[in-house]
Amino acid sequence: MSLYSLLFRCILTLSLHDLHLLLVLVLGWLILGLAGLLRPHRVGLVAAVLFPVGAVIALGVALLGGIALMAAHIPQVAVLPLGLPDLPFHVRLDALSGFFLLLLGVAGAGISIFAAGYFRSGEGTAPGLHCLQYHTFLASMALVVLADDAYFFMVAWETMALSSYFLVTSQHRIPEIRRAGFLYLLIAHVGALCILLSFGVLQGGSWQFTFDSMRSARLTPFWASTAFLLALVGFGAKAGLVPLHVWLPEAHPAAPSPVSAMMSGLMLKTAVYGVLRITFDLLHIRYWWWGVLVLIVGLFSGLFGAIFAAVQTDMKRLLAYSSIENIGLIFAGIGLAILFEAFNLRLFAALALTAALIHSLNHSLFKSLLFLATGSVLHATNHRSLGKLGGLIRRMPWVATLALIGTLAIAGLPPLNGFISEWLLLQSFLFTPQIPHAFLNMVVPLGAAALVLIAALAAYVMVKFYGIIFLGQPREASLAEAHDPGWLERLGLAWLALGCVLIGVLPKIALRAAGSVTGALLGQAVNVSTPFWWIAPIAPAQASYSGLVLVGGIVVVVGITYVLVRVLAHGRVRRTVPWDCGYPWQTSRMQDTAEGFGQPILHMFGPFFRIERDTPSPSDCSPHYRIHIEDRLWRAIYQPIEIAVQHLSNAIGTLQGGRLATYLLYSFLTLIGLLVFVLWA
Amino acid sequence: MGVISLVRQFSVVLLAVALAPLFAGWIAQCRAWLQSRSAPPLVQPYRMLRKLFNKDVALAKDASPLFRATPYILFGTMVLAAAIIPSIATDLPFARVADAIALIGIFATARVFLSLAAMDIGTAFGTMGARRDMMVGFLAEPALLMVLFNAFLLSGSTALPSLVEAYSAHPLSMNPSLTFAAVAFVMVLLAENSRIPIDNPTTHLELTMIHEAMVLEYSARHLALVEWASDLKLFNYACIGFALFIPWGIATHGADGGLALLLAVAVLIVKLLLAGAALALVEALSAKLRIFRAPEYLAMAFLLAVLGLLVHILLGA
Repeated sequence: MSLYSLLFRCILTLSLHDLHLLLVLVLGWLILGLAGLLRPHRVGLVAAVLFPVGAVIALGVALLGGIALMAAHIPQVAVLPLGLPDLPFHVRLDALSGFFLLLLGVAGAGISIFAAGYFRSGEGTAPGLHCLQYHTFLASMALVVLADDAYFFMVAWETMALSSYFLVTSQHRIPEIRRAGFLYLLIAHVGALCILLSFGVLQGGSWQFTFDSMRSARLTPFWASTAFLLALVGFGAKAGLVPLHVWLPEAHPAAPSPVSAMMSGLMLKTAVYGVLRITFDLLHIRYWWWGVLVLIVGLFSGLFGAIFAAVQTDMKRLLAYSSIENIGLIFAGIGLAILFEAFNLRLFAALALTAALIHSLNHSLFKSLLFLATGSVLHATNHRSLGKLGGLIRRMPWVATLALIGTLAIAGLPPLNGFISEWLLLQSFLFTPQIPHAFLNMVVPLGAAALVLIAALAAYVMVKFYGIIFLGQPREASLAEAHDPGWLERLGLAWLALGCVLIGVLPKIALRAAGSVTGALLGQAVNVSTPFWWIAPIAPAQASYSGLVLVGGIVVVVGITYVLVRVLAHGRVRRTVPWDCGYPWQTSRMQDTAEGFGQPILHMFGPFFRIERDTPSPSDCSPHYRIHIEDRLWRAIYQPIEIAVQHLSNAIGTLQGGRLATYLLYSFLTLIGLLVFVLWA
Repeated sequence: MGVISLVRQFSVVLLAVALAPLFAGWIAQCRAWLQSRSAPPLVQPYRMLRKLFNKDVALAKDASPLFRATPYILFGTMVLAAAIIPSIATDLPFARVADAIALIGIFATARVFLSLAAMDIGTAFGTMGARRDMMVGFLAEPALLMVLFNAFLLSGSTALPSLVEAYSAHPLSMNPSLTFAAVAFVMVLLAENSRIPIDNPTTHLELTMIHEAMVLEYSARHLALVEWASDLKLFNYACIGFALFIPWGIATHGADGGLALLLAVAVLIVKLLLAGAALALVEALSAKLRIFRAPEYLAMAFLLAVLGLLVHILLGA
């Protein structure tokens, strides 16, 4: 009771300020996490109370984020009485952070509800500890978005990296998972170092690390570009941009499914947030070649992700590569926005940025949905390999139906949400010939073709994903016992699917939300003066789209057709064995496999891969076909670094002879050296 | 949006649904003549549909609801696409629902549904067809987008009605960039509609099939709807081509009285007759490519469209 009244008074004294309410909610997450430690081995408390309450808090965060997008009284700032004596924590709520809080809350609510039904006690981390790590992860992501000084940002950023590291390695008895976790932690820290250095450059000699002073710093072109490039590398490592992506396909599949969903759906977006914050808010100027660089990196990551996703045989790895692809698309949008903005084409910059923002939101919905669906499949079947699944649409109709929505959405098909952002991105590409630069206006339009190739490849990948898991015949006998998950998990999936449908059918909601962000960052928003059921981002005569009418039209036509067919023709159905060109002895083993589905891609994009094939000889009595596909970049970039570090450590290791006298000599020599240096100076 | 425009919209849809099988029949007829065979009658596709609607459905025993719903969804998407494309008039209530890029998206939705349905039964041919069709799809879409990019550069719009109105304003001026784009479009059209040289609609050899392999498990009314939808798809593509490259005769905004509409229908039929004959000629003169030659073919289409783009930007024409 006293806690409640304390909280109540706390809210009253804070005069219901949005920002303060948000901080209370974030604190709520942390308290929930700690409450998990009360009875760490009992799954009941965690599942029945803590995770659902966490989902409600997430909804609150989403609501406040949404209010921040609409409200006039932003930005709001506050200084927390935490941190170091001279470095208090600053927080700030503005349109950009509001948008990402909305994203975090909406997707986080679905994931938390799902997680309530998902986590079981068993191998690995105890449920209570999971609860702590999970909610710390959520809270730190919210704080990253709210932070208003470099110090607090880095604290939140590192908390995010560490809590997610522990979540990834929750099955820490498996060596591959420990390895994946280590790789993730390593690259996360390389990235964090770059971000730290970027902030160091951004303060511009004022030695004030609040974002406000960075906004007013006037950097020279060289230092501005340095800050930008450091930020791009730092945040790119977190986002999984090629060539800093290697941790992503290892770490995402290693984590439990709700954690994969959070990392892929939410954590990657904090990197997008970071790039946007530094590029469009903290830096006072943007150069066109930054945009070209980001565009190239984004499109290459997109293509790379899509191609690698197509040849995967593990369903979670496939989704992880697909995340690289989607992040690539988001960065392509950001690059285009920088490019347009540098040439002062603000409306088109707003269009491209809107596309990037909405794609971030969309990706957080459909990627979480699909990762969670793989979690349900994993629990129901104990298989992750596509080669052992199949036919689950008959055993798990709920998951199959909701996953179908996610599949169509991620494939960028109308009338779902993935299409909206890809359409907006294409629309902004159409204006690239207007760039007043004689070379760019010819080359950049080709990016549109790359974009369409990526989107169409994504559709290919998702047909493979859905078709092999849910359609066809079960490839293992044990799949006959698979069944749908409990109602909490279904609710989580349904919530995310609802989001996908809603944004797809009424895209104007998302357009408005992104419009307030572009309004704050660029001083320009796309056209939203259409009625609620259709959008025309530039002008109705230029291009328009209406998801609602599209869905309505298809439903009406399908309905009329169905009735007509039923009235005019008979409805007789005879159930028989499949025809398959008259071949009666087919088994489920004769279906196309995941490898088979990847084969055209392997054939066409061969130079991307390092392929090892073991082809059996004709005389082999028990033939086995084995193929191993590797990322060329691993050998090209990471292995040389690894070898160099090994050599360097060995060289340094020779200093460590283990004799006390030698060590004393080192100290003595250092002291002499320092004395000489001091006297010299 | 008055009653008249609704009537106009409705008649456009009915016209498309009615003409699509005839268009397919006309191409088949021309092809037969060119190959010195005796041609099937023009209404052969209709007879086929009637036969199929009267048959019993032989449904594989563990076909899922997705498999049964797909023919209706295919038909629905294609009819809706026909409602959006300005085949005879630009002032349609549905015209603003989707621009040309969104239309590609609608076609892609239909393709994905058909591919998923093909994988549903779990037969070897179905999955193979699905994989190949999706492959042709991702190769064709970039080329198609570049074609639309050309059109956009000339008119500043990707909405088909605006495109038609912009071209109709200065008739009979052929842009060099559009010429390249038109060739690219025809190549894409052949690929997307499973015709020679990418696929053979009359093949009997399962291993070379793409579209046919996907619909092997469909029968009776389901097959009828799938076939009707694919006829509609070809018809829609042809109408997009007319709107992009030869828009003359389409009743534009303000000039769409009854007489103008009748004239537009007549012009459309003439265009379809010519286009069908031309398609049949192209198909009769070329051989089906190996499936792994498809990337080269579609890359060619892509390069042509890019060439058109560069011609436009460099020459301003």
